[in-house]
Amino acid sequence: MRNSGFRYTGFRYSGFKVIKEALTGHKGWKPVWRTPEPKKEYDIIIIGGGGHGLATAHYLASRYNITNVAVLEKGWIGGGNVGRNTTIIRSNYLHPENQPFYELSMKLWEGLEQDLNYNAMVSQRGVLNLSHSDSQNDAYVRRGNSMIMSGADAQLLDQEGVRELYPFLDFDNARFPIKGGLLQKRGGTVRHDAVAWGYARGADSRGVDIIQNCEVTGFLIKDGKCTGVKTNKGDIGAKKVASCVAGSSSRVMSQAGMNLPIESHVLQAFVSEGLKPIIDGVITFGAGHFYISQSDKGGLVFGGDLDMYNSYAQRGNLPVVEDVCEIGMAILPAIGRAKLLRNWGGVMDMSMDGSPFIDRTHIKGLYFNGGWCYGGFKATPASGFCYAHLLATDTPHEVAKGFRLDRFQTGNVIDENGRGAQPNTH
Amino acid sequence: MIINHPLLGPRDASEFVYLGDACLMNRPAWVGERIEGEDANDAKTAEALQQYHDYVHLRQNNAGEHKELWYHEQGDRSWLVVTRNTITHEIYNVELAKDVALANKTARASQGGKK
Repeated sequence: MRNSGFRYTGFRYSGFKVIKEALTGHKGWKPVWRTPEPKKEYDIIIIGGGGHGLATAHYLASRYNITNVAVLEKGWIGGGNVGRNTTIIRSNYLHPENQPFYELSMKLWEGLEQDLNYNAMVSQRGVLNLSHSDSQNDAYVRRGNSMIMSGADAQLLDQEGVRELYPFLDFDNARFPIKGGLLQKRGGTVRHDAVAWGYARGADSRGVDIIQNCEVTGFLIKDGKCTGVKTNKGDIGAKKVASCVAGSSSRVMSQAGMNLPIESHVLQAFVSEGLKPIIDGVITFGAGHFYISQSDKGGLVFGGDLDMYNSYAQRGNLPVVEDVCEIGMAILPAIGRAKLLRNWGGVMDMSMDGSPFIDRTHIKGLYFNGGWCYGGFKATPASGFCYAHLLATDTPHEVAKGFRLDRFQTGNVIDENGRGAQPNTH
Repeated sequence: MIINHPLLGPRDASEFVYLGDACLMNRPAWVGERIEGEDANDAKTAEALQQYHDYVHLRQNNAGEHKELWYHEQGDRSWLVVTRNTITHEIYNVELAKDVALANKTARASQGGKK
């Protein structure tokens, strides 16, 4: 019985409850997680109440029965990158250190709502990578085979196959004609905020303390061992401290005296005004960075490249806005008639090889999860699962054993694009 | 962002290519250069390897003031050291990388002279 420890603090959601609340003015809804004060000590402290931190807490409690856990969040949970991404999930990687990990993530997405009893609107609407040349088609054959070998699904489409799905694309574009594509039907989108809320509810209901407005200001380190953290709510002791703050990893880990193989960069995202249904899946451009889907509210959700310079600002500059919109116009001319409603930025941990870290540090009892570049959202369940595994057992999970901090010293880099130690190009 | 080029005046940042932290100018001696010589030993080689690893892969990644290298690709092709705030994007200072490198060299030479 996997859920034997589950105690509901509030209620199960049901159709009956929705109707009852609708008729009584929605006055009966209760908060779905508590607002506890921190205890003196925990078995495990997770720094960062984003998607990955909350997922880690949920899996620690539900899979490893470790519930004496606190999640410390500087602001409010779900207020960072888990609320600022373009909600895409996929497992279409190439390298053997990456692909099985992302496929585990996909499998966890597929069972997420049943696991959490929470509607995260997981929608496997298909992710299509466009190809613009014969050599790119060849590369997609290789990538597709790598995906299939890991147990994922992949389907190679010729131009006619793409035309059948999306007849309105600019197939005869002079510079980047569309020659075909690689389709992963199990890929899609998820309601990103609900992921944070669902994991928070799952963790809280098993006894995990989620402590918001609690900023970590330092680590308690003695004789090379981490024994807790300093916060604005006082010192909190812990047997293990787990950093999980992608975007701010360097800021947090510098308090433990560590320099990381990471630069922080800003990535912008965009939403158009609400439109009638036109794009029922996710489409990505193959000759640069551009990806687009349509939200259930009708807005076109899209994004592109980094702004390219180090930044901790959650906003970008206009040249990239122009660049992203130009690419959008190149593959999907109809987008030119839509008005842009909002754009915003999120801060990424860009690592030296474009791949993440889930590892111990040289300080005993201090663990690190970060470096997600701009692929963190899709990884949320597997990142939490593998981090929980590492924290509970002190051994890396089978599919995450490549994500080591020392891989640049040992030569085991995981560079999907073969760009070298230039973080903004991954 | 507008970068105030020391020779060309204010130019739009889109004319430039960004490389990264200006610490990339201070490359440690390559291991091959260092383990040669009579007093070479394993410990020194390991230390040199570590230094080179740190130089290539580790960054301070400051939130706040950040010295960084920009290349004026669509201009005079000079390398600049820009001092910029990574939280507000405000630019404090722009220098030619050549000047910074020469100043560093002079500083190192005078430090060496004191010993």
